[in-house]
Amino acid sequence: MFAYCADPSSLDGLPWLSCYLTTGKHFDFYWSFLVVLLLLACTAPLALGMGFLGAMAARSPVLPLRWLGRAYTAMVRGVPDIVFFLFFVIALDQGMEWLLHQVVCPDWTEPIRQGLEFRVCPQAKVPASSASAGWYQAYGFALAVVTFSIVFGAFAANVIFGAMQAVPKAQLETAEAYGMSNRQVFRRVLVPQMWVFALPGLSNLWVILIKATPLLFLLGVQDIVYWARELGGTKTSVFEYPHPDWRLYYFLGLLIFYLIATYLSEKVLSRLTANLSRGQATAAGEAMRKAGA
Amino acid sequence: MKKLLLVTALLAFGAGVASAQTVRLATEGAFPPYNFINDAGEVDGFERKVGDELCKRASLTCTWTTNEWDSIIPNLQSGNYDVIIAGMTITDEREKIINFSENYIPPTMSAYMALTPDVDVKTGVISAQISTTQAGYVAASGATLLEFATPDESVAAVRNGEADAVFADKDYLAPIAAESNGALVMLAEEVPIGDGVGLGMRESDTELKAKFDAAIQSMKADGTLNALIEEYFGETGVTF
Repeated sequence: MFAYCADPSSLDGLPWLSCYLTTGKHFDFYWSFLVVLLLLACTAPLALGMGFLGAMAARSPVLPLRWLGRAYTAMVRGVPDIVFFLFFVIALDQGMEWLLHQVVCPDWTEPIRQGLEFRVCPQAKVPASSASAGWYQAYGFALAVVTFSIVFGAFAANVIFGAMQAVPKAQLETAEAYGMSNRQVFRRVLVPQMWVFALPGLSNLWVILIKATPLLFLLGVQDIVYWARELGGTKTSVFEYPHPDWRLYYFLGLLIFYLIATYLSEKVLSRLTANLSRGQATAAGEAMRKAGA
Repeated sequence: MKKLLLVTALLAFGAGVASAQTVRLATEGAFPPYNFINDAGEVDGFERKVGDELCKRASLTCTWTTNEWDSIIPNLQSGNYDVIIAGMTITDEREKIINFSENYIPPTMSAYMALTPDVDVKTGVISAQISTTQAGYVAASGATLLEFATPDESVAAVRNGEADAVFADKDYLAPIAAESNGALVMLAEEVPIGDGVGLGMRESDTELKAKFDAAIQSMKADGTLNALIEEYFGETGVTF
């Protein structure tokens, strides 16, 4: 990075450290923090969407839809996250390749499953074997986002389902008395009022999601835990910057990162709760009204 | 229609399916001097050099990727990559599920490293990397086996007293002992394990295996392989 870093063995103290912290490998490490934040940014809205759809399905008047919604939450919630992560990523990956194989290689005669091997035609590989490392990373990341969204969507569905049930019945009946259709009641009265009931549960989920991001490592994405372990390990003089076991410092860094992330989230969420409580027929909303009056 | 869209999207993900097949080489990236991630963040080490040279000789386009050691064989079988080049010792047990190329490193010694030279390796707590031939050896030797995901963690366990000694490939341990300022010592006992190190490939990939075997033979014949072994493992490196 800096000109004086050409020969690290001649440096010590602060210059050494400044060179050490700006190696290509360290930039991979810093980049992985952004990957984690990006994962959160992609997963949170997707999981919320999945949750919303799940909750809507679970309280739908149509029986099969109701079954679908309930089965989704029950199944995903009933399986340990790790098992789901390990299983789902392989299933999704092989499922896509299998599907593509059926379309692009109809003349392929060899079986796809040969003993322990899973073998599709080369054109059906996802991503293609000639794709750059960046595509592979993007693919791994996309799989991670989908898996996280499905898992956390199931929890969110249950929270939102409960929140929808918690909206006072009188509110809905009043809306109906004003002549609103079912759809209008749902959109104008139920949904705006249910958020305040859903928020404590959703904020819990958000913090759990933040803390679950090291599972990325299981999905083959080189995340902050991977890099912290790799960078912190003892380095002999094969490396340009030899050092003893520094994992403690790297993991301490991660600890601080997660504490800051959850602390900031809590600040934002408490603000959001206050905003959503305003004018609501809840104890918090009532207290606000009285304080204002 | 939906299916068609999905397929198109998947094809696009492949970033234009090229006609020439690329061979994907997978390594662990945590086992210097065999393979490691250098300070620039790239795969480096003896196997990087050997792999690139083999691909050149076999006229293959190769790309590198890293994978956790413990899942390196299952991910080969599910097609995430085509070749394992990660200091993997050829053993009968592994030979049953994957194909090995001819060895590109002759059988080498495994050794113990400890804080003091008087550790009893038959009764003590011995650390090793999970799913390695060394871990299997320790388990059979009567000592208490302590397994770790990475080689580095198995060494760290000795430093912090969790294990009495670590059992691993000698070429991996020797530089660590030499640079520990006397904190770690190699024990006298050495054990020959396996039939050398080879490339791991799927059993169905016989054509690829033939290409790599030919390339390895040509590197053995003109002495480039021996030169690389000496470069990375020093004078004591076992050559062909």
